[in-house]
Amino acid sequence: MSADRILGIETSCDETAAAVVSRGTDVMSSVVSSQIELHARYGGVVPEVASRAHVELLMPVVAQAVVEAGVEDREIEAVAATYGPGLVGALLVGVSAAKAMSMVWDVPFVAVNHLEAHLYASFLEEPDLEMPLVILLVSGGHTSLIVMEDHLRYRVLGSTVDDAAGEAFDKVARHLGLGYPGGPVIDALSVDGDPNAIHFPRAMAKDGWDFSFSGVKTSVVNHVRKNPDTAIPDLAASFQEAVVDVLIDKARRAAREVGAKGLCLGGGVAANSRLREKLLDVCVEDGFRAFLPSRAMCTDNAAMVAAAAWWRLEADGPSPLNIGADPSLRLPVH
Amino acid sequence: MILCATESVDGTRAVAAAVAGLVAEGDLLVLVGDLGAGKTAFTQGFARALGVDEPVTSPTFTLANRYRGSMTVNHLDAYRVEALAEAEDLAIPELLEDGVTLVEWGDNILPALPAAHLEVRITLGEGDDDRMLELNPAGSSWQARSRSLAESLDEWIVR
Repeated sequence: MSADRILGIETSCDETAAAVVSRGTDVMSSVVSSQIELHARYGGVVPEVASRAHVELLMPVVAQAVVEAGVEDREIEAVAATYGPGLVGALLVGVSAAKAMSMVWDVPFVAVNHLEAHLYASFLEEPDLEMPLVILLVSGGHTSLIVMEDHLRYRVLGSTVDDAAGEAFDKVARHLGLGYPGGPVIDALSVDGDPNAIHFPRAMAKDGWDFSFSGVKTSVVNHVRKNPDTAIPDLAASFQEAVVDVLIDKARRAAREVGAKGLCLGGGVAANSRLREKLLDVCVEDGFRAFLPSRAMCTDNAAMVAAAAWWRLEADGPSPLNIGADPSLRLPVH
Repeated sequence: MILCATESVDGTRAVAAAVAGLVAEGDLLVLVGDLGAGKTAFTQGFARALGVDEPVTSPTFTLANRYRGSMTVNHLDAYRVEALAEAEDLAIPELLEDGVTLVEWGDNILPALPAAHLEVRITLGEGDDDRMLELNPAGSSWQARSRSLAESLDEWIVR
């Protein structure tokens, strides 16, 4: 089944987002109402706050996405929403709204895996990306190394065995009293710090495809306990370097091993400037094509949901209306 | 109160595995400790001992993870929950009906938790990998198991 214009909805975590995308590639509108300011006071995402804010923001955000796309409601041919992974209360808001709209407008409903949506974010900006492609998906909730062999066909090579990379950034930033979200703060402070000032461990760097970021977090805590006078920029830069080194090493090894045409970043941590810089360096050295999506496409948005939905609808048809939110959903394995 | 000392992450996991040998359906463990103390490591050792073979990852993002082993293991995280009203979203009474439940940063939401539980308080020791684990049984069911706990943990107990 095919639908030209798809309305996508994303409410898996911080962001309430809606977008209209034509044929999986042409972004007609993409509206993100960030809840970051609301959460900054709490040092993290508070579930009750997140769910309630999604309820309040979703319909205005959807209305704006439809208006900005310059279409009428009846021109929407399918409605898609993220159904996992994420916070269960937050997911339910988007899924319920999308089902209701699909029934009222009598168009298909498509349930989208948030991780698959992240993979499709790259194709929105670069529709002709050649596969196989190695994608490093790094955010507050996820850290995965994925090989995309063809559309909707991918393999998860490895994932974190404990903390996600973005979670380590957030927790270290909070421990150092730097505020939330931790990623941008540490990125900014690192500019003035020495990345080699302190050598933090690069866990599991050489073995396997899985990641572990719990140890580096603990090392930062231990270092601060013993050396309370360490300059914060040096601490930030050294911590960031340890995380980025492991991410880049594994992504590079994976790209070599599978004979990838390109190496691609996704997820909120993909906005980290050191990660982007180092990824570009290794791609130049090894001759892979590097693809670094814009910040807007790295972070949670609904255009990527509508894009993934276009491919899913073509391949599998509409999703059943009895599908619910699945907070611990994984990528389908092929 | 039972006080144990470990010298590595694996030691913390081994203590957790010993505790897992004494749990029953409906039990609650409240894990308390600073960043990097080893709350997730404790849960990893605990779940592994109950036959969970998939990786046990931090539940900070999803707030609650559920694993299937010889018993269901619910792994919750209250790190981001700062107001008691928000703890209701974790649906703890419902989770407790199935399997054993561990709550990281449980001290954040203590009044919202059942009074009967085993508190595991993990603190950093002298060396980077040294940890002290203080086990406090609360409620008659856990107090009745104090002695068995102490016997199972003999190897790590600080006297």
